[in-house]
Amino acid sequence: MTQATAASSEHTQMNTAKADSPASGLAPTAKTATELPKEVLVKWLYDMQLIREFENRTMQAYQQAKIGGFCHIYTGQEAVAVGTIGCTNSDDPVITAYRDHGHALARGMSPESCMAEMFGKTTGCAKGKGGSMHMFDRPNWLFGGHGIVSAQTPMGAGFAFSEKYQLEVMGIGKKKVTLCYMGDGALDQGCFHEAQNLASLWDLPVIYILENNGYSMGTAINRHTANSENLIDRAKGYGIKAAKIDGLDIMNIYNEFKPIVDECRETSRPAFIDLKTYRYQGHSMSDPQKYRTKEEVDTYKDKDSIAKLCSDLMHMGHIDEAGWKSMRKVISDIVRASVEHAENAPIPEAGELYTDVYANPQKNLSPTATYTHGTKNPLM
Amino acid sequence: MTTMPMIESDIHPAVDNPELPAFLPNDQLPPFDGDRIIQYREALREAMSEEMRKDKRVFLLGEEVAQYNGAYKISQGMLDEFGPKRIIDTPISENGFAGMAIAAAMTGLRPIVEFMSWSFSFVAADPILNNAPKMLYMSGGQFGCPIVFRGNDGAGGQLASTHSWCVEALYANVPGLKMAIPSNPYDAKGLLKTAINDPDPVFFMESERMLGDKAHVPEEEYYIPFGQARLAREGDAVTLVSFGRPVNFCLEAAETLAAEGIEVDVLDMRTIRPLDIESIIERVKVTNKVLVVDQSWPFASIASEVMAQICETCFDWLDSAPARLNTADVPTPYAKGLEYDYLPNPERIVDAVRKMLG
Ligand SMILES: Cc1ncc(C[n+]2csc(CCOP(=O)(O)OP(=O)(O)O)c2C)c(N)n1
Ligand SMILES: [Mg+2]
Repeated sequence: MTQATAASSEHTQMNTAKADSPASGLAPTAKTATELPKEVLVKWLYDMQLIREFENRTMQAYQQAKIGGFCHIYTGQEAVAVGTIGCTNSDDPVITAYRDHGHALARGMSPESCMAEMFGKTTGCAKGKGGSMHMFDRPNWLFGGHGIVSAQTPMGAGFAFSEKYQLEVMGIGKKKVTLCYMGDGALDQGCFHEAQNLASLWDLPVIYILENNGYSMGTAINRHTANSENLIDRAKGYGIKAAKIDGLDIMNIYNEFKPIVDECRETSRPAFIDLKTYRYQGHSMSDPQKYRTKEEVDTYKDKDSIAKLCSDLMHMGHIDEAGWKSMRKVISDIVRASVEHAENAPIPEAGELYTDVYANPQKNLSPTATYTHGTKNPLM
Repeated sequence: MTTMPMIESDIHPAVDNPELPAFLPNDQLPPFDGDRIIQYREALREAMSEEMRKDKRVFLLGEEVAQYNGAYKISQGMLDEFGPKRIIDTPISENGFAGMAIAAAMTGLRPIVEFMSWSFSFVAADPILNNAPKMLYMSGGQFGCPIVFRGNDGAGGQLASTHSWCVEALYANVPGLKMAIPSNPYDAKGLLKTAINDPDPVFFMESERMLGDKAHVPEEEYYIPFGQARLAREGDAVTLVSFGRPVNFCLEAAETLAAEGIEVDVLDMRTIRPLDIESIIERVKVTNKVLVVDQSWPFASIASEVMAQICETCFDWLDSAPARLNTADVPTPYAKGLEYDYLPNPERIVDAVRKMLG
């Protein structure tokens, strides 16, 4: 067994279902994070570190021009995706914006599919047709990866609508909560206000998770949105339950977010969460970062969410230095293997250009193209 | 009634061909003529109601569709039959509810989104152009978008610039969507039923001016396949190619011309994407002259596209350059006479045909 496959199999073990384990697919039930099984907490640390390491390799590959297009790095915000997704069932719909690698991995997408997508390879989650900003994972209920700022917010209401419709009209399905992530820039789009109005008006169980990293590209939040210190009042204006949560401490996220998820599921009422977080890297891979100081970045790095969780778990006796070291090693091998996989995966054949355009590709749809059915991505 | 779970990881919309109704070629569809005379709007309602009775995944949402019984009475009575969970009044938030419905379609529901007018769809341009037609591709075939957007398209009655949009050329440019544009009640029913069952996003163009038009509509269920034009009138002098409301202008013009001894073809395309180019070629081979009549502006219009395809596929069969007749290339005016002159009205068609024939 090669090092990489050994690492992968350990990764798989992490994901093997066992009732009430992180991989059972069900949200944990503990009231507070400290009461959570060790397994769950350690898996959080694992997932957060996986994202961080994955993003390190992503940046490297981007610099080597193996990844193209716009590429937005999640580093610094790991606790948000892992913590909030950690409060849901694995079949609760999730949708996010373009800074989506973290959500994809936290949702269980294989690092291979995620990396291969950015490399534009056939084993990528979207067979190389979506790239960094468009991570979709049907088996894991991830509905993208959306490149247009805030376009995902009406859609978030739509998944909640659909689940409710299936339950009430068709008598199928179950009570679900949709998580709809958004950057602070998305606050300023009209469609988000339409979405909040619809979600509240129609009692849609969707939670808008504002990943408030303080900047919309180079524009600080106080320069792009009014009354930026008090965003939750806006949601309250729509009759939506709202809370402000420190997004750097995952245990705290669980404590405060989990009851909101449970309530949303129970009452079918929407919620809005202002999660204060911070991105360590530039907005995208091409950002000279003239709009903020190194000191500011360092202040946040001092409050790093992974370091915080790691030290908490050490205090709790859930992990020790050796365990942490070997976890990092496992992760680093898995991520390296994902890059190797992406490097070696086949590029899409020319014919792929014309597949997946129509689900019913009849003739005469185009004066120049003949569309055909696509093939199913074996990894999806 | 469908009870299958909406998302199954082993279902792949782009590979596992969805259940499509049995499509019949033109000559096996129920007769076009008959004596069950109903309005265009009733035909639309019949199509939606029939599909909603059969399939609980189908629902209708839009402004005033429920309690008001439809701004144009298309959905009259549907709230009573299907209830408020399936006939849904929305706020005036086209961007919001279109995006919402697209997400519902991604999970396997079959929304019908009514735009009071396509003129109001621009505030929803991002979801309807960026999400619906691209979702399947962008997700590598994982998520389809079986949705119908429908509403009034083209000049109404003196509604002036903001309310008279013909959106077909703007929207048909985008790969991933289909576009249907019925010119009469019979097609309105048969094409809408097909649209609702199609697994791809369908942009369905109606016309406020035609909603009261009456004609025979079979009571039985029938599905008109997309991409199958109908020869509404057969002639030998010129082939008029049209779609939507101007087909009726063409038929009127054909009457006038017939009185002068000029017999023209009127070919009703029924759908723009797909475009039944074979039927056009077939008729061009007979008449050797073609005039495309289009209710939108000329620049980069559907007429331009049709002419380009004609030149590419049957140039040698033409006796003269293909011609087009569009609306005047100006914003839509309010004054009655100006609006009439602006449209590709029967008089303008007659003139254009006479000119072609020298
Ligand atoms: C409608 C739209 N306008 C502009 C852009 C370009 N753009 C991409 S990301 C971005 C900043 C958004 O920042 P924010 O929502 O805070 O998310 P973050 O990048 O911080 O995660 C801008 C302006 C876009 N993608 N979509
Ligand atoms: Mg931001």
